[in-house]
Amino acid sequence: MTSETTLKQTEDTVTLQPGWRGFASDWSADRRAFRTASWGKAMMWIFLLSDTFIFSCFLIAYMTVRSSTTDPWPNTSEVFSLQIGGVSVPLLLIAIMTFVLISSSGTMAMAVNFGYRHDRVKAATLMLVTAAFGATFVGMQAFEWTKLIHEGVRPWHNPWGAPQFGSSFFMITGFHGTHVTIGVIFLINMARKVLRGDFDVERPGFFTSRKGRYESVEIMGLYWHFVDLVWVFIFGLFYLW
Amino acid sequence: MATINPSPENTSGSDHQEHPIKLYLLVWFWLFVLSTCSYLVDYFGLHGAVRWSLILLFMIVKAGLIVGVFMHLAWERLALIYAILAPPIAVLLFVGVMTFESYYTFTDRVLYFGAR
Repeated sequence: MTSETTLKQTEDTVTLQPGWRGFASDWSADRRAFRTASWGKAMMWIFLLSDTFIFSCFLIAYMTVRSSTTDPWPNTSEVFSLQIGGVSVPLLLIAIMTFVLISSSGTMAMAVNFGYRHDRVKAATLMLVTAAFGATFVGMQAFEWTKLIHEGVRPWHNPWGAPQFGSSFFMITGFHGTHVTIGVIFLINMARKVLRGDFDVERPGFFTSRKGRYESVEIMGLYWHFVDLVWVFIFGLFYLW
Repeated sequence: MATINPSPENTSGSDHQEHPIKLYLLVWFWLFVLSTCSYLVDYFGLHGAVRWSLILLFMIVKAGLIVGVFMHLAWERLALIYAILAPPIAVLLFVGVMTFESYYTFTDRVLYFGAR
């Protein structure tokens, strides 16, 4: 077949088949199932899958309390509106936060690209820009929390309706904000490694003592894009619904 | 090469994902457009079935672009794609279960606990 690719293993050369036949042979080969993904990338994907379940549980809990309460649900369009020159603009801050996070995803994707081209300065700069966007996002979230807390929103009470609104809001956005914060810290650390040239000289990792590779930037990117992905769902299901 | 590396620039055939910057910029642009669209759904105050179907549509397209292109899942082998995308089907089942459960709770509150 012309559409086959060979993968050099340490001992043998394995033919990778395309499509469903490849799916079946990959899983039934009695050896690593993810033939073209490194252990690091596969493990990040599996971690993200588990994180998907955690966020899903939060969102499903929110759906359940919202559709089972007999009190009216607060109108998010008004709750999250901002006063600009005396005019109330609905969801303005949330829209800006969405654009900030999407922009950070774009710069991250480009950082991965420049990493593989061994362009250390551009890759590290783009990662620091990504981290700056992330920090901006967390800052705006802190502002939003402060505003709502001053308006009397608590996990057990709020002035506008169903008390479950507060607990859903703090739990979901809080857990997401924590993810963004952790991402910012890791991004700064990874940018430092890129800038220092760790991945060019294959400097061993502090914890893993494995050779440093530019793939680490891509794996970092997977996490960061996932954080953006979760926000897409929070934005649609919590803020807009 | 069709399954593993549809893009001609990725010839290494392994875990090395490299695509033209132009592709990322295009996806970035569409994410902005789609986010603006979902914001406008709220801005113009659409309601009912139009509102939630549009919100879901924009949300799913955005998620697809992020997972497929930014996270490179579209270029991975099917073994990984299905390992990641199949388990969340259980989440959809859970959504179905809890929808019934919450309607039951709601009905109980109205019928037996004097709500409303």
